Amino acid sequence: MKFGVIVFPGSNCDDDMVYLLRETLGQQVVKLWHKDTSLQGCDFVVVPGGFSYGDYLRSGAIARFSPIMPEVQRHAERGGYVLGICNGFQILTEAGLLEGALLKNDHRKYTCKNVWLRSETQNTLLTRNLPAQSIYKIPIAHGDGRYYADEATLASLQEHDQIMFRYCTEAGKVEESVNPNGSIGNIAGICNKSRNVFGMMPHPERASELFLGNEDGLKMFQAILQK
Amino acid sequence: MNNLLETAQKLGLLPEELDKIKEILGREPNFTELSAYSVMWSEHCSYKNSIVWLKTLPKSKKGNGIWGKQVNGANEDTPPAGAGGLPSGVGGLLVEAGQENAGLVDIGDGLACAFKIESHNHPSALEPYQGAATGVGGINRDIFTMGARPIAQLNTLRFGNPTHERTKFLMRGVVKGIGDYGNAFGVPTVGGEVFFDECYHTNPLVNAFSAGILEIDKMASATSYGVGNPVFIVGSATGKDGIHGAAFASKDITADSIKDLPAVQVGDPFQEKLLLEASLEVIASGHVIGMQDMGAAGVICSTAEMSAKGEHGMRIDLDKVPLRQANMHGWEILLSESQERMLVVVKKGQEQAILDIFEKWDLNCVEIGVVTDTKRLEFYQHGEMIADLPAESLVLGGGAPVYKREWSEPAYFQAFQKFNINTVAEPKTTGEFTKILTHLLSHPNIASKRWVYEQYDSMVGTANASTNAPADAAVVLVKHPKGGKANRAIVITVDCNGRYVHANPEIGTMIAVCESARNVVCAGGEPVAITNNLNFGNPYNLEVYWQFVGAIKGMKMACEALNTPVTGGNVSFYNQSSSVGKAGGDVNNAVFPTPTIGMLGVMDNLAYQTTLDFKQAGDLIYLVGKSQEDIACSEYLYSYVGIKGSPAPHFNLEEEVKTQKAIYDLIRKGLLQSAHDVADGGLLVALAESSFHRDLGFAIATTQAMRADAFLFGEAQSRVVVSISPEKEADFLAYLQQNGVHHAKLGTVTKQDFAVDGAVVLPTDMAKGLYMNTLGEMMEG
Repeated sequence: MKFGVIVFPGSNCDDDMVYLLRETLGQQVVKLWHKDTSLQGCDFVVVPGGFSYGDYLRSGAIARFSPIMPEVQRHAERGGYVLGICNGFQILTEAGLLEGALLKNDHRKYTCKNVWLRSETQNTLLTRNLPAQSIYKIPIAHGDGRYYADEATLASLQEHDQIMFRYCTEAGKVEESVNPNGSIGNIAGICNKSRNVFGMMPHPERASELFLGNEDGLKMFQAILQK
Repeated sequence: MNNLLETAQKLGLLPEELDKIKEILGREPNFTELSAYSVMWSEHCSYKNSIVWLKTLPKSKKGNGIWGKQVNGANEDTPPAGAGGLPSGVGGLLVEAGQENAGLVDIGDGLACAFKIESHNHPSALEPYQGAATGVGGINRDIFTMGARPIAQLNTLRFGNPTHERTKFLMRGVVKGIGDYGNAFGVPTVGGEVFFDECYHTNPLVNAFSAGILEIDKMASATSYGVGNPVFIVGSATGKDGIHGAAFASKDITADSIKDLPAVQVGDPFQEKLLLEASLEVIASGHVIGMQDMGAAGVICSTAEMSAKGEHGMRIDLDKVPLRQANMHGWEILLSESQERMLVVVKKGQEQAILDIFEKWDLNCVEIGVVTDTKRLEFYQHGEMIADLPAESLVLGGGAPVYKREWSEPAYFQAFQKFNINTVAEPKTTGEFTKILTHLLSHPNIASKRWVYEQYDSMVGTANASTNAPADAAVVLVKHPKGGKANRAIVITVDCNGRYVHANPEIGTMIAVCESARNVVCAGGEPVAITNNLNFGNPYNLEVYWQFVGAIKGMKMACEALNTPVTGGNVSFYNQSSSVGKAGGDVNNAVFPTPTIGMLGVMDNLAYQTTLDFKQAGDLIYLVGKSQEDIACSEYLYSYVGIKGSPAPHFNLEEEVKTQKAIYDLIRKGLLQSAHDVADGGLLVALAESSFHRDLGFAIATTQAMRADAFLFGEAQSRVVVSISPEKEADFLAYLQQNGVHHAKLGTVTKQDFAVDGAVVLPTDMAKGLYMNTLGEMMEG
């Protein structure tokens, strides 16, 4: 599989994703410049974290108008894989590739720490190796991570099994006390209806290296590569 | 004539400095020129009151020093098998202190680490958010202007009483400023310190440290030469913010300081991120002669320093500088400290390549002048020359004044020596230990700084090992710019207990250097070099200057003993409120002298990584180093007992070196499960901190040989708490005995509870609750 990592001005997790894919997982990976209009034949596009356009106006609001985004849109419509992490998730919701929106954290502070995620479905490329309701320690790092969708959208996400992860306790209980940002239903990550576009606020690429003392995220990337 | 003198004095120049300017120019300076000298000769840029002493600090390594050699003196020149020691050349200094924007140290594999610490105290006292944010921006520009990509940041903060509203206001602003800037810029904040004391109430300290990596043969220099080479200004447009900022940083904070608010700059981390990427691309193109960021004193400083270094001149047309607002005076453009700007001198004929790179990143890149052979800076505006100055005359090491100041010992010093431990009632019961430990674990100086550090992105870069493996220093993986799997790490920390330095500047500063090295060693690194941030009061006060001189003497001794030379740093005087009365005000209105040490260590074998947390019940706990009948200067004595005046804690440089070398060797022999130095709060706090990560406990015994409070809460230096597997005890003891290293068995790691002499002082979960939540409750409550 060929991976492409998009670089917007202000992206800052692009190198981390490239390092993981290339050095740790041995994959072919290219950086895709936001002003370009070609995906260079990539099968899997990653929209990385960071502060595209400084998060000015609203997180992800300007990046969605970058020249490369119509190509990402077409790639997704063709069934190509797209994964947005953190700012990437925000950009994908702004671009309408994923439903809902990401609002300012309810406590209004930027927060970076390990949290626990419970996998909610095995029916996606990313989570297919994660047993139902299994628990993973993955870090978050965001100021605008509060997932929001109206009731109808939420019901539809549920109905179509689009919720990938919820914030939970270490024992796997989904409850308000461990919701790090006020996200509705403790939602941490979702996919689209056709199950080829994924978005999540937590950073699995920051938990995929022995040296970092946490390889919980690696299971998601290995699932992508599994034949 | 009088008028000129008055103007000069208003700009912060002394009468004799005006005379010197006239002598240099052979005429009277105009206002623009006078302004240029006033900022370039300010303390902030010229180090005029400190440079004489800074020059006494060690600037190079002497062989391998203590590292990699056996303590007992055998095999002086050959490292014992398995005992480590960095390969020859690694750890060497690649630029001399003060020669470039930051220090540069060889870390092996063809790579070097550029690192430096810098203060933004004065701006943060008035406008904490922007003051701290631009401090982060400035220090990172110092790193990437050399061609190094920043990979980790630290910061050290000092505030007044945390229950005071002003402190909360400052702290919220500073922490958010550091977070918003550093998080967007995309370099992890991997550690630091926060310390509270009334003395920092008016003058908080905000020191920011950054470390970056470059390939040794690709360093960019802050120089300018080659007649006819074009000079570019790149990055943000220039506005009226931060004018006379360097001069502002060179006076006391008073009630009138708020009038200096325009002297505080405004930061834009998004521009900085673009500037970083564009700068590294431009440097990689090979077309750059020299590059320097514009921090203090803006265009005038960068043109002067680069030209003086390259022994050339420049002709600059200020009409070409992109401006944020209309009708700026020439001197305003010269002195503006608008952020996120660089001056770049490029090889003639390569202009288009440079323009293309900045165009790609949507940044300004404008040719504003040309390199000349005159060694003078000639500035033009509206077709007229508005300033004509010899570059050399403006800079440190050139024409900038150098002062030797007098000093005198303050009365408090002798008074502090009179402290007698016997005047303090000795606590003897478990109930008393519980009370004291509860006080310490929930004291904001000791409690977890989680409320602060969770607002910083500590993990971007996927290189920070400390997230899941806490250690005394931050361990940051070094990824080679050429690619491949990373195989080495830098180990970094910032340390200074200002209370110790206040009690005894010489010993307190030795402790600061040694504690930073001890932290690096405990984390598995080899200390190689330091950067320093010298925060003091008004240097014209004789007693403040006594503190400064003592600190430098102590730093020199400790750095020589540890073979960790000084690569540069920053001096911040005038951290003092209201200097009315005698010259330089009152030493008691100054902050504690706070010479913060930023230590760089190298770990060239990732197997040496060592953490501070106990691993499992049943492991044995030992103290390496010697307990002392000493509670001087401890947090226990200061805030629990309430005695503010006492000498620095027990410290002996030889014992210190021995302890560190022992830990260094034991780690390389694979004998330690954990290592954590005994610091603020003393032994019981160190044991508690080692227990929290895995929710374990400990059972230890006190000794008849000394007072229980000295044993449990004293802050005598050169001690490290280690845990070891029982099966390694024999090897562990054999090493220590062979090398004559003091040690004592304390007890064992247990599943839960902190027990002393068989009685539970605190259950682990309760202690952890206090430790983790106190600061957050204080700030949010």
